Amino acid sequence: MKAAAFEYARPRDVGEAIALLAQAKGTAKALAGGQSLGPMLNLRLARPELLIDISRLDELRQIEDADEAWRIGAAVTHSEIEDANGSLAGGAMLVEVAAGIAYRAVRNRGTIGGSLAHADPAADWPLALAALDAGVVLRGPAGERSIPAVRLMTAAFTTEIRDDEIVTAVLVPKLSRGARFGYFKFCRKTGEFPDASAAVVIDPERNAAHVLLGALSGPPQPLPELARRIAEGDLDGPSRAAAIESVAAVHGLDPIERRMHAGALFRALRQAFAQ
Amino acid sequence: MTKPQGIGARVPRKEDARFLHGRGNYVSDMILPGQQEVAFLRSPVAHGRVVRVGKPQGREQAVFTWADLEGVKPIVASSSLPGYRLSSQYPLAHEKVRFVGDPIAMVVAASRAEAEDIAEQIDLEIEDLPPLADAHKARVETGVRVHEEWPDNLYLTMNYESGFDAKAHGAPVVVKREVALARQAMVPLEGKAVLALWDERADQLIVYSSTQTPHMVRIGLAETLGIEDGRIRVISPDVGGAFGYKCILQPEEICVAWLALKLKRPFRYIEDRREHLIAGAVARQHHYLMTAYADRTGRLLALDAEITIDGGAYSMWPYTVGLETGQATGNLPGPYDFRGYRCKTHCVATNKPGFMPYRGVARTGVCFAMELVMDAIAREVGREPWEVRRDNLVAAESMPYDNVTKKHYDSGDYRKALLMAREKIDLDRWRARQRKGEPDGRLIGVGFASYCEQSAHGTSVFAAWGLSLVPGYDQATVRVTPGGGLEVRAGVHSHGQGMETTMAQVAHEVLGIDIAKVHVVLGDTGLTPYSTGTYASRSMVMAGGAVSLACETLVPRLVAIGAHLMQCATNTARLENGKIVGPQASVTLAEIADAWYRRPYRLPPDVDLGGLEATMAYRPKVDTGAFSYASHAAVVAVDTELGHVEILDYIIVEDCGTLVNPMVADGQMLGGAAQGIGTALYEESPYDANGQPLASTLADYLLPGPTEIPAMRIFHLETPSPYTAYGIKGMGEGGAIAPPAAIFNAVNDALRGLGVEMSETPLTPRRLLAALAGAKKPVPA
Repeated sequence: MKAAAFEYARPRDVGEAIALLAQAKGTAKALAGGQSLGPMLNLRLARPELLIDISRLDELRQIEDADEAWRIGAAVTHSEIEDANGSLAGGAMLVEVAAGIAYRAVRNRGTIGGSLAHADPAADWPLALAALDAGVVLRGPAGERSIPAVRLMTAAFTTEIRDDEIVTAVLVPKLSRGARFGYFKFCRKTGEFPDASAAVVIDPERNAAHVLLGALSGPPQPLPELARRIAEGDLDGPSRAAAIESVAAVHGLDPIERRMHAGALFRALRQAFAQ
Repeated sequence: MTKPQGIGARVPRKEDARFLHGRGNYVSDMILPGQQEVAFLRSPVAHGRVVRVGKPQGREQAVFTWADLEGVKPIVASSSLPGYRLSSQYPLAHEKVRFVGDPIAMVVAASRAEAEDIAEQIDLEIEDLPPLADAHKARVETGVRVHEEWPDNLYLTMNYESGFDAKAHGAPVVVKREVALARQAMVPLEGKAVLALWDERADQLIVYSSTQTPHMVRIGLAETLGIEDGRIRVISPDVGGAFGYKCILQPEEICVAWLALKLKRPFRYIEDRREHLIAGAVARQHHYLMTAYADRTGRLLALDAEITIDGGAYSMWPYTVGLETGQATGNLPGPYDFRGYRCKTHCVATNKPGFMPYRGVARTGVCFAMELVMDAIAREVGREPWEVRRDNLVAAESMPYDNVTKKHYDSGDYRKALLMAREKIDLDRWRARQRKGEPDGRLIGVGFASYCEQSAHGTSVFAAWGLSLVPGYDQATVRVTPGGGLEVRAGVHSHGQGMETTMAQVAHEVLGIDIAKVHVVLGDTGLTPYSTGTYASRSMVMAGGAVSLACETLVPRLVAIGAHLMQCATNTARLENGKIVGPQASVTLAEIADAWYRRPYRLPPDVDLGGLEATMAYRPKVDTGAFSYASHAAVVAVDTELGHVEILDYIIVEDCGTLVNPMVADGQMLGGAAQGIGTALYEESPYDANGQPLASTLADYLLPGPTEIPAMRIFHLETPSPYTAYGIKGMGEGGAIAPPAAIFNAVNDALRGLGVEMSETPLTPRRLLAALAGAKKPVPA
C-alpha cells in the first residue's frame, strides 16, 4: 500500500515546528526517524494532513552533559546512542539498550524521542527510561514542561503529549559509580518486538532501585514492592521466587505471559546482581 | 589447461555480478511511456455475496469489475482424478467473494497511490455469508458451501490402500499421533508483478510477468482471454524468488493483460507485502492422524493415515489442488521399506486463498508427520531414533525399489546418508552433554529426519494426476555465434537457481566452450523453445538434458566443417577442449563459426543444413522421477522458562545424483533449509473464526533472519540416477522438506524426560509453554 496524500513541511527550528503543529489542530504529525510512522502511513492507518519533519533540527540532535544528567535530544538516533559508548559516563545502560533495538538499519533512523512519542508498549525506550528515572521534556506553545518517563505513556500508543507539543529531549540521571542495571527482553527473533521484557536499576549510593516490566498491553509497569526490597537490601541476589511472586501481582496476564515475564524479570535481576 | 568449468565444477555464478551490483531488471524496475499502475480492491470479508460495486463518480473510467472484462473466461483447473470437483475462479469477483483478499475490482491511475485513493472510494456492498475458516468443520458442512454448485466442500477425497490389513494385523507396537502444520505464505522477496503492453508492430500482447512458467502462462492467457497464443508473448525478466507461488496462472496476470489488450497502453501491477500475506497465505496447512504398526524393534509394518488439507477457495491452474492431495497420499511412506499402507486424504474447500504448490509440495508435511511418528516408535520401543530409522530405510541393495505406493526409487544409499549425518553431528558427544545437563538449565535435544524426494517427475506422473496440461519434452536451442561463443535458449526460468551458470556448464561439458562465452537466455516465449517451466525440481534434469542433447547434435557438424578446413578425413577429427583436432592440426570453434557466417565458400559442399544451430527435446528414459534424498540432523537447546528454541548445530547430508555445481547445490540446500526453519519455528498465517487473516504485515508474520539460521554444514553423496542425462537429480525443493521434522524431533528429544511432545508448526514459545504447563513431570524453570 502507498500512503494517502499529505503535505510535508520541514521547519527551521522547534518554534516553527510547534507553530505548525498548533495551527494544524491535531491534523498534523511530527516526523522524526519514521520507523513506525512510515509503515503506518503506508498502511493508511495514520492519515495526517501534514507531516512536520523534525529529524534534522540541530537543537534536537545534541547529547549534552548536564552535570547530574545526560540531556539527549529527541531526534538523536538509536545508533548514535549505541555508538556513544565511552563518552556517556554512567550511561552504559543507554548504550546497551540502544544497541539491542531492532536492526542497525532501523537504529540508524529511529530516534529516542520518536520511540517515546509512538508509545509502543513493547518498545525499549519507554521501559528503559522509566527504569532510569528519566524525565521527558515536552515543548508546546506555552513553553517547556518535563514529566517523568514512567508517566508519559498512559496506554498503548497513547501518551501525555498534547497535539501541539513535541518531545524535545530526555533527561537521564547519571548513575552512581556503584550502580547496577539489568535489562532483558525475550524476542522470538533478533530485532522483533519482545514478548516479555524487564528492566532493573539499582543505585545503592542513592538507596534507590527501579524495577519494571515491559511488553504488556499497556505502559511499562513498575514493581515498587520488589524495588523497595532491593533498595533496602532485603533482597540481595536474583531470586526466581521473587520474580514469580512480583509478576503474579500484575493484572491481565495469562499463565504463559506470567511465566515469560517472570523469566525475563529473573534474567534482568540476575544481570543486575552479577555486576 | 584452464580451470574445470563443466559438470561438477565449482564455478562462481555468471549472473551474480548483475545481482550483487543491483543491476537486475525486475518488473518493478520497468517504466514505459504512458504506463499506468493498477491497484486491486480486495474483499474485506471471507465469504459474501457481492451486492454492489459502485464506481466513484467521475472516476468510472478508472475502475473495472468483472462485468467490464468482456470476453474473459474464469480460471478452471480440470483434473480427471475420480470425484475431483471444479472451481471457477473469476479474475474479478463474480457474484461471490470467497476469501479475504479475493480481488473484486481493479483501478488504474498514474501512480499506485492514486489508484489506491480511487479504490477507497468504491462503494462496496457485500452481503455476508457464514465463513468456513476451519477445514475440519468445512469438511462436514453441507449447508454453507464455498462453491454453491457442489453438494459439500470437498475438492476430492483420495483413498489408497495396499496390504494394510494383512501387515497391521497383530502388530505388537501401535503408535498414534496427531500432527499439524500451520498455513503459510511463501514470501519471496518479490511478490507477484506483471506489466502488459500492446505491441502494434508485432501485433502482440507483451506480458512481462514475474513467473516461473512463461510458456504455460501464455497458454493460460490465450485460453482465458480468448486470443490466439501467437498473439501473446510472455517474458519473465529477473524474478526475485518464486518457490511455487509463480508457477500458476494468476488472476492478476489475466486482469492486467486484459487492460493492455483492451486499452492498448502499458499497465503494471506490483503485489505489495500486505497483499501477499493476506491473499497469498496459500501453503503447508495439513493435518494428519497417523497410526503406525510396528514390531518390537520398531520395524514399521503398516501405516494408517487420515490427512486433511485446507485447500482454500480455488483450485489453481494448471496443477489443481489434486497435486497437493496426490503428493501427500503418495509420498507419506517416504524413504521407508514397509508394505502395509492405508491413507485417506481429504482436500477441503475453505474461505482462504487457494492452495499453491510451495517448495517441497506436500512433502514438508508428510516428512514432518512420518518422521515424528518414526521417533515416537523409537521412544515406544526404547531405541535410538536413528537406529529405528536406519532399520526402516530402504536398503541400497534394494535399489531400484518400488515402494508401497508404487513410487519407483531409482538409486541411492539412504542409510549411508543417515549414518553420515549421525557421525557429522557427533551424536555421542551430545548424548554425553545431555546426561550432564546444561549450566544454564536449558534442555538439549538431537533430532534426525530423512526423506526422499521425487524430482524431475515427468509426463507419466503428471498425467496420472489427470491434469489438462502435462509436461513432456523440454526443449533447448543452442547456436554457435559468429565469434565462436554459444547462445543457449531454454523455456525454463531461473529465479535463484543459478541456471545461467549451470546450463552453460552443461554446454561446456559437451562443447568445451568457455562458460564466459556461453550466453544463456531463459524465460521468454518469443526467444526460447517450449518448456512448461521451472517447478517440481525439474529444470536441471530436463532443460539440462535438452541443452546437452542440442550441443551433442552440433558436434558432428562442427567436426565435419573442422575436418574440411584442415583438409583431413572427418573420421580422423574429433572435438576436444573446444577445438576440432585432426591428425596434424586443429581449428577453433571461432574458425568454424567464421566459415559458416562470414566465409561460407570455405564450407564443405555437403555441409549439414542444420547449420550451427540445433533445437532438441529431452525427456528422461524413465520419467517417474529421479529420487534425491537426504538426512538432516539438528541439535537444539530448549529454554523451558521462556519457550525459546535455539538451533545449536545443523547437518545436511544429501544426494542429488551428479552435482552440476556444488556451490549452487549448497545454495539451494541452504535457502530451502532456511525456509524449513521458518516452517518449524516462525511462519504462520493464522485466521480468526470469521476467516480474517491475523498476520498481515511482517511484524505479525515472522520469518527467520540471518541470526536465526545456524551455520549449517552440508555434505553430498553422489549416486547418479540411472535414468537421466549425466545422472543428475533435481534438488531445488529438498532443503525445505526436512527441517521441521528434524527440529521437532530434536525438541521432543530434549523434552522426553518430561513426557511432552510437540507436533504442531510453528513451534512458538506460546505453544511450547502451553504444552509444558501440561507436563506429567516437573518442568525446570
